[in-house]
Amino acid sequence: MNTPVIGVLALQGDVREHLIALAAADAVARPVRRPEELAEVDGLVIPGGESTTISKLAALFGMLEPLRERVRAGLPVYGTCAGLIMLADKILDPRSGQETIGGIEMIVRRNAFGRQNESFEATVEVAGVGPVEGVFIRAPWVESVGAETEVLAEHGGHIVAVRQNNALATSFHPELTGDHRMHALFVDMVRAAS
Amino acid sequence: MSTTPSSTPQSDSPAIGTARVKRGMAEQLKGGVIMDVVNAEQAKIAEDAGAVAVMALERVPADIRKDGGVARMSDPNMIEEIIGAVSIPVMAKSRIGHFVEAQVLQSLGVDYIDESEVLTPADEVNHSDKFAFTTPFVCGATNLGEALRRIAEGAAMIRSKGEAGTGNVVEAVRHLRQIKNEIAKLRGFDNNELYAAAKELRAPYELVKEVSELGKLPVVLFSAGGVATPADAALMRQLGAEGVFVGSGIFKSGDPAKRAAAIVKATTFFDDPKIIAAASRNLGEAMVGINCDTLPETERYANRGW
Repeated sequence: MNTPVIGVLALQGDVREHLIALAAADAVARPVRRPEELAEVDGLVIPGGESTTISKLAALFGMLEPLRERVRAGLPVYGTCAGLIMLADKILDPRSGQETIGGIEMIVRRNAFGRQNESFEATVEVAGVGPVEGVFIRAPWVESVGAETEVLAEHGGHIVAVRQNNALATSFHPELTGDHRMHALFVDMVRAAS
Repeated sequence: MSTTPSSTPQSDSPAIGTARVKRGMAEQLKGGVIMDVVNAEQAKIAEDAGAVAVMALERVPADIRKDGGVARMSDPNMIEEIIGAVSIPVMAKSRIGHFVEAQVLQSLGVDYIDESEVLTPADEVNHSDKFAFTTPFVCGATNLGEALRRIAEGAAMIRSKGEAGTGNVVEAVRHLRQIKNEIAKLRGFDNNELYAAAKELRAPYELVKEVSELGKLPVVLFSAGGVATPADAALMRQLGAEGVFVGSGIFKSGDPAKRAAAIVKATTFFDDPKIIAAASRNLGEAMVGINCDTLPETERYANRGW
């Protein structure tokens, strides 16, 4: 496969920025809102947004089970911020009824870095990629990971980027920076998986 | 987002309050619904319905219209209760030009400040200097020039003004169409024409040039003012709004929880009439609404701000 087709879960959030970043990283990018659209992609990005809203909309429109099935079957996925929360096997402090897709053996803490006043930019050293400008917006961090989960980056002593098999997740938003290396890494993962 | 100004943070010292984190916050709200709430109970209903954020205020615009008098920033107690009740972002309103109300809201830890024409303006010449805050601001606009003046003052998000508290979407449609049409016109201008366009729009040349190149505002554009039904929300999305604010429309209706969830669905699937139809069924009473052409000029909130 030369040009993989990568979907961006388009229920809510910064979908447009991910579509642009994926196209810049040589993928065919398209929004995904329905199970039949999910069936047609080689990989999926779960964008930043409000994790409670994305979780509710996914359940409401019958996307949660199809997403879980495809991720379990090895569909490459990349989640940023709210997307990282959606890929966690467990949320430390979920809202009632907040469900995740899972796929990465980790426990996450929502809004761990604080409210919007504490949102920040900082350089993050990502294993295998190098220094990346990290944009952290009401960002979560990873509290703990399982034996199979690879930690790719930390900030201030907290885990902010992880990978497990075909699943990649970051607390920060590379899609907001114009630096497409994280998306290129994901596109490579999608290529390797097919 | 390659156009967002970079603030090149130093490697070991995190930078807060940058344009990127302020504008980036609004990017995370896209495709969502922001709901006016007056207490913690309403905030929870909004969160459960799938709102991406709530706007904490003492009275919804429909009641501000009814009660008259001076409308001011809400009681800090009430804002803190709402912050404590939900995990989604909490916004709150300051009066236009009342930068001390904005300072108070920032100190309370609200996630976004709406410098809002719905409250009684505190300054009839100047809006607040929004660069002076780490908390980002959203401001209303009726046209492109107004939107760019607010962005020049530091606004990180723009919404149409519409006519809040009327339950009538006509003004929001007018403002959104106006902004989109003016952007489309700029797209066709060459460099020579952009200087005159900036003068005409009464906006900084650099921003006018940026809009001409991007074909959109450099910040997120939402719709506000008069949305009362799922179809209203979907209409604003189809007209180009990246999300919607719903004020009086939800908690002034017969079944707020149901209507709130329905508006969220229609905002996500704004281009799917079948889903909008399903969401529109049996919602109970909508808010009554006011015809904007019977509204005296002095009672039009959209005329506030400049």
